[in-house]
Amino acid sequence: MKQEGCLRDTIIINFPKFSCATPLASVIGFSQLRSASARSQKFQKLSGDGMSWLTKLKQGLQKSSSKLSEGLVGIFTKRKLDDAALEELEDTLLLADFGSATAANLTKELARVRFGKEVSPEEVKEFLAEHITPILEPLVLPLNINKAKQPHVILMIGVNGSGKTTTIGKLAAQFKEQGKSVLLVAGDTFRAAAVEQLKIWGTRANVPVLARETGSDAAALVFDALEQAKRDNIDVVLMDTAGRLQNKDNLMAELSKIRRVLQKADATAPHDVVLVLDATTGQAAINQVEVFGKAAGVTGLIVTKLDGTARGGIVVALAQKFGLPIHALGVGEQIDDLKPFLAADFARHLVGVAADA
Amino acid sequence: MFDSLSTRLTGIFATLTKRGALSEADVDTALREIRVALLEADVALPVVRTFVAAVKEKAIGQQVVKSISPGQMVVKIVHDHLQETLGMEQSPLNFNAVPPVVILMAGLQGSGKTTSAGKIALRLKNTQKKKVLLASTDIYRPAAQQQLEILGKQAGVETLPIIEGEKPLKITERALTTARLQGFDVLIIDTAGRLHIDDTLMDEIKSIHALAKPTETLLVADAMTGQDAVNVATNFSQALPLTGIVLTRIDSDARGGAALSMRSITGCPIKFLGVSEKLDGLEDFHPSRIADRILGMGDIVSLVERASANIDQAEAEKMAAKLQKGKFDLEDLASQFKQMKKLGSMSSLIGMIPGMGAMKDKLNSNDAEKSMRRSEAIISSMTPFERRNPKILNASRKRRIAGGAGVEVQEINRLLKQHEQMALMMKKMGGMSKKQLLRGGMPQGLLK
Repeated sequence: MKQEGCLRDTIIINFPKFSCATPLASVIGFSQLRSASARSQKFQKLSGDGMSWLTKLKQGLQKSSSKLSEGLVGIFTKRKLDDAALEELEDTLLLADFGSATAANLTKELARVRFGKEVSPEEVKEFLAEHITPILEPLVLPLNINKAKQPHVILMIGVNGSGKTTTIGKLAAQFKEQGKSVLLVAGDTFRAAAVEQLKIWGTRANVPVLARETGSDAAALVFDALEQAKRDNIDVVLMDTAGRLQNKDNLMAELSKIRRVLQKADATAPHDVVLVLDATTGQAAINQVEVFGKAAGVTGLIVTKLDGTARGGIVVALAQKFGLPIHALGVGEQIDDLKPFLAADFARHLVGVAADA
Repeated sequence: MFDSLSTRLTGIFATLTKRGALSEADVDTALREIRVALLEADVALPVVRTFVAAVKEKAIGQQVVKSISPGQMVVKIVHDHLQETLGMEQSPLNFNAVPPVVILMAGLQGSGKTTSAGKIALRLKNTQKKKVLLASTDIYRPAAQQQLEILGKQAGVETLPIIEGEKPLKITERALTTARLQGFDVLIIDTAGRLHIDDTLMDEIKSIHALAKPTETLLVADAMTGQDAVNVATNFSQALPLTGIVLTRIDSDARGGAALSMRSITGCPIKFLGVSEKLDGLEDFHPSRIADRILGMGDIVSLVERASANIDQAEAEKMAAKLQKGKFDLEDLASQFKQMKKLGSMSSLIGMIPGMGAMKDKLNSNDAEKSMRRSEAIISSMTPFERRNPKILNASRKRRIAGGAGVEVQEINRLLKQHEQMALMMKKMGGMSKKQLLRGGMPQGLLK
């Protein structure tokens, strides 16, 4: 069978020779993308198992930031900061998922200070990093286990495929390493093999997993789990939930119910409600945080899949709108691929300034 | 799904249609709005740029000047171009090969590959009577292979037995042999989620592709993807000769700009839309309809299709026969509620009605659904005899029903009054033919 690609039924005006093999980006000269494959090779070489998390995070972010910074270099090499340059800067920020409002604000701010002056790319980057860091600074807050609240209950929520179960596995390993007793609760009683998936993470992190068969009531399960954790003097209970889209009212109501039921077993529970957010999500993330926040009282975020090319620029928009703490960043599929969130590093990487470390 | 974009564009064009003439400045204002709207809808920037440029080129000049309503002209130009960009027609799966025909699923982690594989398998089995084999080569994510196995069971489709520790290429080989020897029509190969910049895994999927020689290589992408859609689509389409896109989570409230980005960048048609987590949640992609929906023109075809797929024909005919005799009791009302519920949420239905897109936000569909649920509860709390003879409901019966349904007696009275009015209307309709009844038998005015 011969491969034809998609050429046969492609109808896109303006691009007569359009096909799968000629991406739009190259057709219209989208410079940031040109060297994407060359760069990815470079990074691949580095991504061995033995490297430090900082390197790994840097690499992940670098893929984002290098594109961003390339864009910036392209705009500002010995150039006057005029309207055209500012528009290009705004576009570059848009591409990093900053969102139109945040991109416009940052650009306006730069224009206010430097309009009409000659600027170097470094100056622009420094300026951006300086403005982004204080926005992110208040969000730095690792998940702290409150000893007084034994057990400390963490409810993990999010849309389908955002990485809840994987993140729970990583968190479990971290807490275990800190010498805490951990219980995992397989609250995703809906998706096929979700329970099995969490069980395997439990084995990897060497912590017990409480599960019932698929299809059973999640609220009843989390209640029993909390009762059992109280009896067994467990320090941390990590509760998985089924992925759900924020516009499914009935499923969101189920989350509220889980929360209410937990409070029957312990009036202060859940002590953390962590929304797991996929970094590739675009502007939809804003609505996601808002709706999940209303239904389940989100107390913090973990941003996953930052080892890809997604910028995570949406984090800046989220910070301005909600100010929810970011507990950690997911940068891979391995058990130790969960890294602390550092404001200055994140900001500098976003704009492509080499980290101080 | 694309509501926010359509609401926004509807707003822009509402101001345009009110004007007599359209200057270049007007077009520019509209286009700026369109640009922002598209960006907020997560359409990738390069795609937005070309889209806006093309629309501008078409909009300014003679065509607009000559038209009677310039605003409508711009709407038409945007709509046509949107449709063109999305692809003019639906594109079915290609089975043009010696069986077993192979379908390869590719995509990022968590994009919905495994679920989509299960959905496609079910659809091929049910609608095309194909004998389908599912095989998972995802040896990385814990329990991924089990997940596909369970989905296969639910769909009533065979899955390649799992051999612990077997490598993806070996699994592919075994799947091909099994499919060939056991006479399967279609083999769907699920793969592990991978980052488009992970060369090791991208090489792996290239080898799987080379070995399996699929007729369909489908990129599974999340409708909520942001600007990264550019990178994902570019890199995957460079690594693999993609033949189509499966866009998942289209039932989210994401503005779905990814549909436009993915389509433009890969040049591949969107073959399926993933809606809901259930196995039958897979819809064909109808570009013209999606373009309509983006512009707030509604999607009546989807509505009718959904209605005909979900409404129990036998039930409807029984009801029509009853109605012809001029009878309409509370049991019939309850069964109508049930039918309506099968169609999906009120808000999703309203979004499909042409012209209602902009109203969707104002209309509190939750209230309507709630009142429908309460009415159902009330009817359920009645005895079958009461349902057939609502006249016998006296104060004491009503109190009992109110207690059972957890409502006030007034609500029962309100429901009975509504039913009475409807029954009257039905009586009048009694003279209509059965066919007419089947077409328009939905209760009106009940959802206040």
